Amino acid sequence: MSTVGGSHFWGPVLALWQRDMVRFLRQKNRIIGALGAPLVFWVLIGSGVGPGFRLPGWPADMTYLAYFFPGTVVLILLFTAVFSTISVIEDRREGFLQGVLVAPVAPEAIVLGKLLGGTTLAVGQALLFCLAAPLAGVPLDAAVLARLLPALFVVGFALTGLGFLVAWPLESTQVFPAIMNVLIMPLWLLSGALFPAAADSWMRYAVAVNPVAYGTAAVRRAFYGDGAPLGLVAGYGLALSVSVVFAAVMFALCVWMVRRRRGTV
Amino acid sequence: MTVHPVETDRLRRVFGARVALDDVSFAVREGEVFGLLGPNGGGKTTLFRILSTMLAPSGGAARICGHDVERAAPAVRSCLGVVFQSPSLDPHLTVAENLRYGGNLYGLRGAPLEARMRETTEALRVADRWSERVKTLSGGLQRRVEIAKSLLPRPRLLLMDEPSTGLDPVARVDLWSIIGQLRAESAMTVVLTTHLMDEAARCDRAAILHQGKLMACDTPEALCGMIGADVLTLTGREPDRLAGRLQAEFGWAASVHDGAVRVEVPRAHEQVARIVEAFPGEILAVTAGRPTLEDVFVRLTGERLGEPFLEKAGGRRKRR
Repeated sequence: MSTVGGSHFWGPVLALWQRDMVRFLRQKNRIIGALGAPLVFWVLIGSGVGPGFRLPGWPADMTYLAYFFPGTVVLILLFTAVFSTISVIEDRREGFLQGVLVAPVAPEAIVLGKLLGGTTLAVGQALLFCLAAPLAGVPLDAAVLARLLPALFVVGFALTGLGFLVAWPLESTQVFPAIMNVLIMPLWLLSGALFPAAADSWMRYAVAVNPVAYGTAAVRRAFYGDGAPLGLVAGYGLALSVSVVFAAVMFALCVWMVRRRRGTV
Repeated sequence: MTVHPVETDRLRRVFGARVALDDVSFAVREGEVFGLLGPNGGGKTTLFRILSTMLAPSGGAARICGHDVERAAPAVRSCLGVVFQSPSLDPHLTVAENLRYGGNLYGLRGAPLEARMRETTEALRVADRWSERVKTLSGGLQRRVEIAKSLLPRPRLLLMDEPSTGLDPVARVDLWSIIGQLRAESAMTVVLTTHLMDEAARCDRAAILHQGKLMACDTPEALCGMIGADVLTLTGREPDRLAGRLQAEFGWAASVHDGAVRVEVPRAHEQVARIVEAFPGEILAVTAGRPTLEDVFVRLTGERLGEPFLEKAGGRRKRR
């Protein structure tokens, strides 16, 4: 399948993906931005909370640094994914996007190329951070990786879609930090990344309907398996399934948005 | 039935209460260079956006190479090359990378794409810039790369939005030599928007757009022929008084635009001495000449094409 309804598909997908890779490698400071902030979070918050902080039911040998590790992985996915979609705003402002919009490219291809670009960067950065797992006493072997990779990919894709959805209608990058703080960070804070929601608080319900919480659960279960009592919303299988649905819904919404804002289909 | 590269039929676009395009109908012929002339806010950009499938019409229809811009957008995009006012190049990428990705979007790849890139960049004299980042190039060079990119898929129709805006005079001359080259060497049709009458005068045919309406559409010669006389432009200390006296003493219909008095008279050069003698000390400068598209625009709209219009129309300039 190279064309859909007279529009090209895989060529443009590859081209858009490739461009994101080249651009990323040429802007080295983006690597520091997306990887550095979560790393600082992890070290400072993780060490600050320290060994005194313990919730009932946690495995005795799990430090907070280890508990917080998968949450940090999700934060890296979130930061990289969302920051990579800021380029959509730049592309619109600088004019690159208009060249894409007038080309015979299916809206699905525009979205897929852009989301795969963001996903690749997000998964790459998250994996880079995962190299530090053994230092924190977090298990990292073939079995963990086999569970982790699909989880990173699906969650990264969904979060890039979320960022794309926010970025597409914006005219300038100035409002982006505000949206980041009001919408995106709460999604992460309420995902069980930083702390498990207490069983009898309102937060439990907020976590249960937060799609990012299932992403966090999938990543955490990828490291620790389904046995550990981690106060999570779901086991690995359910968490991954919900994340796949989340990703699919984001993709569909992005396509809808591109169709709508392009003027004509 | 001939299929026109561009054909619009009572094309209409409204933004809220504002009518940006008001029942615009025209057709562009195969192989011609066609200019859409008008002030900023006149409807050119709206028309350009509809023709390039970026904006849906509110009414009427527009067809590119026989395809409806709304219902058959992919087919329209396939026969269209578009040059934007602000370049659609990625400044962080090299010239070759921009061209390669541009070609990919049109389904071109591999050796055939590289061959076309070579050929097109040689024709546009940017072949030696392949490995340079776009952000390091001058505005004129960027415009050439932009044109090269839009020519890669060998479109039947090249749409250009204000292609000379932001270019220095040398780059402008260069741009028009490229358009001339395209006209001579290919059967491609070129449609461009401009607010400069001397650019419209270089087109095979031009349409004048004002406040969303198509005021006239013909060859520059025929448009200028609408004014069956020469044009005298006078600058004086008191233009309104001067206009009134010209009217009273010579019986000419004089009008004032931006402090200059304008009259249409036959054999204008013979009148210059008479006028200057009739109003000693009141006239600072006189210009007599054949009518230009600027004069045609003034006749059709009662306004000037130049910059002062922008200030008057400040509220109308906002467009999307």
